[in-house]
Amino acid sequence: MSEAQLVEALTAPHKLQYTYKRSVGPVMGRFFTALRDEGKILGVRREDGSVMCPPKEYDPDTAAAISEMVEVGPGGEVVSWAWVSEPRAKQPCDRPFAYALIKLDGADTPLLHAIDCGREDAIRTGMRVTAKLADERVGHITDIRCFEPEA
Amino acid sequence: MADEKGPVEIVQTPVELDYTYTAGQAATRFLKGVEQGKFLGQRCPVDGLVYVASRGSSPKHGVPTGPDTVEVSDKGTLISFSIVRIPSANLSVEPPFAAISVLLDGADSHLMHVLDECPLEEVRMGMRVEAVWLPKDQWTASMQNVTHFRPTGEPDAPFDSYKDHL
Repeated sequence: MSEAQLVEALTAPHKLQYTYKRSVGPVMGRFFTALRDEGKILGVRREDGSVMCPPKEYDPDTAAAISEMVEVGPGGEVVSWAWVSEPRAKQPCDRPFAYALIKLDGADTPLLHAIDCGREDAIRTGMRVTAKLADERVGHITDIRCFEPEA
Repeated sequence: MADEKGPVEIVQTPVELDYTYTAGQAATRFLKGVEQGKFLGQRCPVDGLVYVASRGSSPKHGVPTGPDTVEVSDKGTLISFSIVRIPSANLSVEPPFAAISVLLDGADSHLMHVLDECPLEEVRMGMRVEAVWLPKDQWTASMQNVTHFRPTGEPDAPFDSYKDHL
């Protein structure tokens, strides 16, 4: 085909969406229900007495069913983080923020969430942060709007 | 508050990806034809088969189709179908409906569309169908110009006339 016969190719926006729904089960169900209705963050106690948050239905070492829920947070410590300098539309903050693993007070495992602290040099591993709840809570992890540096 | 809503059992976790789709030469030619109310195909230079819409190459012989376009009819024969009964958020048509493969007159490849104006129990292979176009002033370079296909009322095409295209 010669150059002269080439047409200018059409382009169009194409949005690919998967509208997944996840069944949360009894333990995560209590986590989300307490978050929505009471603004509390719950962990689950393992057989050895340690606490997992986010909670799971089974002990990862012994596979025993576990269901004793304990309140953790809302404060905690940054275990690890990654800076997001150009947030995308569906990400938790509309300005640059950090995705971070946060070990909440009373928990022994970290929770992945967003830290809204404005600037990259305002975050460091080991810093104290606290959960900010969303004004309208629906039973979703976004009921914690974000974490912020502790005052 | 807790009593009214009941425990949380389901969370929605939608995944969304935004692309810019580029049609390329072959599909652009096809869509520019659709913009003028025509179905344009391209011929394989080896066996002469007409592909609508052409992907730009012959799947049988691995050579470019064209360069000339071939206009085919907007009438054709329904050669396969499936009744869709399961709703999905991305469907623009309310189930149940018939998703059909149409072999347009003059084409050797089929295209997928929706059959309407026909009871589902009457949908059958060999049925003669035609494209229903939007009003001309609403045409764009999009297959959405064709709202659906409908039966023409002609006698069914004999099986032998399309058996090589199944």
